[in-house]
Amino acid sequence: MIETLAALAEPNRLRILELLRTGSRPVNDIGERLRLRQPQVSKHLRVLKDAGLVDVVPVAQQRVYQLRAQPLRQLHAWLERYRALWDERFAQLDELLEELKAKDEIPEKNHVHKKRRK
Amino acid sequence: MPSAKNEITLERISERELVVTRTFNAPPRIVFDAWTRPELVSRWWVPQSRGVVMVSCEADLRAGGSYRYVFKHDEHGTMAFSGKYREVTPHSRLVHTEMFEPTAQGAEEAGAAVVTVTFEERPSGKTHLVSHSLFPSKEVLDTVIATGMEGGMRESMDQLDELVAALR
Repeated sequence: MIETLAALAEPNRLRILELLRTGSRPVNDIGERLRLRQPQVSKHLRVLKDAGLVDVVPVAQQRVYQLRAQPLRQLHAWLERYRALWDERFAQLDELLEELKAKDEIPEKNHVHKKRRK
Repeated sequence: MPSAKNEITLERISERELVVTRTFNAPPRIVFDAWTRPELVSRWWVPQSRGVVMVSCEADLRAGGSYRYVFKHDEHGTMAFSGKYREVTPHSRLVHTEMFEPTAQGAEEAGAAVVTVTFEERPSGKTHLVSHSLFPSKEVLDTVIATGMEGGMRESMDQLDELVAALR
């Protein structure tokens, strides 16, 4: 999980994954399309490969890189779960706040000055 | 019902820091109470749809005082969050340590995060809440994120949303 996140935490690596989403490509093709130098592309691809985000497939004389979707799906599922946890917690807090606000307004409507906790 | 949904942001701003923000449709006085008073915390803090129930919720809300939230999960058993308050400024600022006790049997101080929560007043009786957690090390925050108890990266999430939508 952490490895996947670390691998994604670089804009060019994310761009490479976006590109590979449209189909498998060799290193030089990736470099040309993203206007990155080949050593830079190779370095990023190595990180992505170590994180299990891409696979290398030999095709004729070339090494073609393809996207592995599984780690991304797992990460996405986890992040969604986590965001949903906070969303749910805060939705419950919203409900409680509405209730507390309603209680809070009663004395004011009756023009009674309630001493508030300081 | 509020017309616009108050969006949550979750961001890891450095190797050791995590920030959660959210706006609430109530003034700081009320949000602060709901955030700190045990009888109120126990009503919102555990996500009810996930088979989690609050077992006990205690807080001695003053500088130097302790708190402990114990909850139980269907599968994972009893766990707790606990710590000590370092600063309590009613309705505006709260600083406390936070330890996660996976077994509810106690935890080591070394793993404690320092959490600073600010409650900023906004127009129309709203509150903007910022919860900033500083973890003792990158490894602790990594672990916490990996176990799914804390964490999240809003930017990465948004980028992932797009990426994964296309993978489906």
